[in-house]
Amino acid sequence: MSIDLKTASIDPIRQTFDHLAAKLGPDKKPTRYHEANWGLQPQLNFHYRPTWESDKNLYDPSRTAIVMADFDDLVDPRQYYYGTWTIQRGKQQDSQEKNFDFVEGRGLLNGLDEAWKEKIRQFVTPMRHVAWGANTNNSYIGAYGFGAPITSACSMHMMDELGVAQYITRIGLVLDDNDPARLEAAKDLWMSDAKWQPMRALVEESMVTKDWFELFVLQNFLIDGTVHPLVFDRFDREVVAHGGAVFSMLSEFMADWYAESARWVDAVLKRAAAESDANRELIEGWIAGWTPRVQGALLPLADFALDGRGAETVDGIVDDLMARAGKAGLKV
Amino acid sequence: MADNVFIALQNIPDAQPIIEAIVEDNPGAVVNETPGMVKIDCPGRLVVKRETVEEKIGRAFDLQELHINLVSLGGNVDEDDDEFVIAWGI
Repeated sequence: MSIDLKTASIDPIRQTFDHLAAKLGPDKKPTRYHEANWGLQPQLNFHYRPTWESDKNLYDPSRTAIVMADFDDLVDPRQYYYGTWTIQRGKQQDSQEKNFDFVEGRGLLNGLDEAWKEKIRQFVTPMRHVAWGANTNNSYIGAYGFGAPITSACSMHMMDELGVAQYITRIGLVLDDNDPARLEAAKDLWMSDAKWQPMRALVEESMVTKDWFELFVLQNFLIDGTVHPLVFDRFDREVVAHGGAVFSMLSEFMADWYAESARWVDAVLKRAAAESDANRELIEGWIAGWTPRVQGALLPLADFALDGRGAETVDGIVDDLMARAGKAGLKV
Repeated sequence: MADNVFIALQNIPDAQPIIEAIVEDNPGAVVNETPGMVKIDCPGRLVVKRETVEEKIGRAFDLQELHINLVSLGGNVDEDDDEFVIAWGI
């Protein structure tokens, strides 16, 4: 007697919801990222116009000059949705907290040369205000942007920038026995020290930039794309070369986060530019217009941090950034 | 038929980038999908490339992560940081 085991394969008639199948094709499986982002943006049947902007709808694609057939195409290559993003950031925070405990517990910053401590006080700590500006700007994009891929990603980016601001604050505090007066001193530099004024002017103007995609280019590409390499790469190397390797430990998150975020920013720019020549020219125009301001803001700070070698350092950083733009299909 | 190698992975969302990468990098691959497992047969040689998986998954990927979703494989293995090769007679 033989027992014949047969398997009956029952295939699902549909792989997913219709709106996802429309974008992906009939037989492909969407990822959780697609499910969490595509088709989320309300587009029709708004009940009233905003009282604060009655010529537009509550959610309105015309709040930017960028035109997309489907704003859902501005996807994040990291495929972050709330679950994966919190898990990833949680891991990074655990690692960074251990670093802070290690450095604080053994007083590892105490042995740093006073001159370098002063550089960190004057050049790094006030950067918390730049990071806070970045937090505010990404909040704006999350609020006025269009399409869940960009508004979700910028909302997560907004929280990341707040995290950066908090870590910068803690570095400043660890340097000086957690004395909060040091933060007041950094605020005074931000408000009235000559080398900080061009940067402060830039950040304040960014906070009144109305086109949310222009702001994306200015904040997430130009400002972050120059400030982070300056502080957490070029300056970091100088500090390390002068006995301050612990500074690197305390800014581990910023270094990792910048590399990861750059991939997202570049992918968004690339996709928006690929949509049409008009989009591409808009983005190129914004880059051309804002880059001199960004360079001007960095120069006095870079000169201070790197003993007069500001110009060549900033030029190098901007060249690297323009190379990124080139890879995204932009002619800059 | 006797010269086929195979790899079987869990059929879950986390493993889809690896499955897609294998299908892209191995033109002779035949995919057998069941609710729990995806079995990929290939004549002679099958390669999993880190770079292709990284493109699909959108982040840095360590080839050793393959083992998290690996059900089984058939063939001799040759691996380095960039490629995980299953073939006969290595």
